[in-house]
Amino acid sequence: MNTTTKAKVEIRNVRKSFGDKLVLDDVSLQVGAHDVVCLIGASGSGKSTLLRCINLLEPIDDGAILLDGVDISEPGLDPDPVRRRIGMVFQGYNLFPHMSVLHNITLGPTKVLRQPKAQAVAGARELLDRFGLSDRADAYPDQLSGGQQQRVAIVRALAMQPELMLLDEVTAALDPVLVGEVLNVIRDMRGQGMTMILATHEMGFAREISDLVCFLKDGLILEAAPPAQLFTAPDRSETADFLARVIASGRL
Amino acid sequence: MTNNDEGAGIMSAPSRVPGQSTRREEWLRRRRRKAIIIAVVSTVVTFGGLAWLITSSSGWPKVKTIFFNGERFKEDFPEILGYLWVDVKLFLQTAPFILMWGLVIALCRNTRNPVLFPLRAFAAVYTDFFRGVPIILTIYLVGFGIPKLGLLEGDFHFLGFGGNWTSPYLWGPIALVLAYSAYVAEVFRSGIEGVHESQRAGARSLGLSHSQTMRHVVLPQAARRVVPPLMNDLLSLQKDVALLSVLGIIEVFRRATSIKDLTGNFTPLVAAAVIFLALTIPETRLVDWYTNRQRRRTGGSQVV
Repeated sequence: MNTTTKAKVEIRNVRKSFGDKLVLDDVSLQVGAHDVVCLIGASGSGKSTLLRCINLLEPIDDGAILLDGVDISEPGLDPDPVRRRIGMVFQGYNLFPHMSVLHNITLGPTKVLRQPKAQAVAGARELLDRFGLSDRADAYPDQLSGGQQQRVAIVRALAMQPELMLLDEVTAALDPVLVGEVLNVIRDMRGQGMTMILATHEMGFAREISDLVCFLKDGLILEAAPPAQLFTAPDRSETADFLARVIASGRL
Repeated sequence: MTNNDEGAGIMSAPSRVPGQSTRREEWLRRRRRKAIIIAVVSTVVTFGGLAWLITSSSGWPKVKTIFFNGERFKEDFPEILGYLWVDVKLFLQTAPFILMWGLVIALCRNTRNPVLFPLRAFAAVYTDFFRGVPIILTIYLVGFGIPKLGLLEGDFHFLGFGGNWTSPYLWGPIALVLAYSAYVAEVFRSGIEGVHESQRAGARSLGLSHSQTMRHVVLPQAARRVVPPLMNDLLSLQKDVALLSVLGIIEVFRRATSIKDLTGNFTPLVAAAVIFLALTIPETRLVDWYTNRQRRRTGGSQVV
């Protein structure tokens, strides 16, 4: 990661606690434009919280988060224009069950970006087509498989034409057979040059897709390195322990 | 692979003989038949026993002539039925205002902005007060008290009811709206809070504002959830419009009591009960039908 070029996202000494439990302890990270960064680590290590902080769904206690060099974590700043530029996909899909797939996708573009309905629908259909979901446009989320729901959730985020995508363990709730179809969508986004930060338990995928892998433990980024290095010759013994446990559980 | 049977041989389940059921199916059918017989017998015994107990009691002949007098019923029923429209009309006039005002109160309680704290406090006090006071007292206080203030004079016109500003046909429904909206507000509030936080996160992450999230994501889902408890409240509203008779409004219950006072026979009250049942039971079925249809539409797994 080159520090002289301006980072797309810069996280500076971010601290966050829930009550007296410290979940992010002085986290710093730079993500360049078009880079893909994977956050790995055990459950409760702070991966999801970090993503939620970047999207301003959780206020941070200290530090700063910069998007294109502008501090978006400034207290009192209206979060809505920032969120417009950042797409987020959740582990539990968070689709709106009372709306059809198409309506789920066009809600943001019509209400937030104020696109005319026809334009939003055309954009949504194009994206659905691209991800092989065009025949499910009129279905309701509950009528789809988990993999389809998650792909719709990604399409919903993409329809806002975000500059940055945050993916929070998007395959964790899926049947192993369905994981692949979601990972393909993420590969596709990478191919299109999307800047992404992913929290994931899919080590093989993290290794394949990322430019940088961060290992988090107890709210700290213990190690950040390109995947080739982190997965084969980690600097820290904690990283090695974690990877050994993952291998033992058959997930790498 | 020229032989078609070769593959099928692997699954060597005994082929079924058409028209003949298996041992398990036989057993299930026998058990089902037995359950039906037991249910029928126990029902007949229970209700037959109760009927015998009541009709053989020493007071029954008297109760029968006072409460279940066929002739009186035949004579009074049509007369009382003529006032059904008054109850329906009171219901139709109050229900929309109760729903709207209840929603306003619920939204007030849900505000987060500190500037709006007075609204939140007002909503909390409002629901505490009107849920804590017996409805009949609210009706007395509003229905008799406010007109006595003499603040308003002259005539009004109000959704088909016109009359004097001191009319019970104005203040009665207002009292019901005040009392019932407190209950309805609590139903709405629990519905709003019942929509999972992840739905809000999903909407906010798209850049929707708090009010857009409320309007497009939270409220539509809350509305679906609250339909059954809301219908429950509306059903009791349909019955509680009879309470307005204390203000002098003549409707089914009031008419029935006045006939009872004239004749000394309680049968008209039974007739009134029959009329209310004829109104509320179809309403309940309608609600069940609506709820089921909603559930089928969105795919089934939604907890309503």
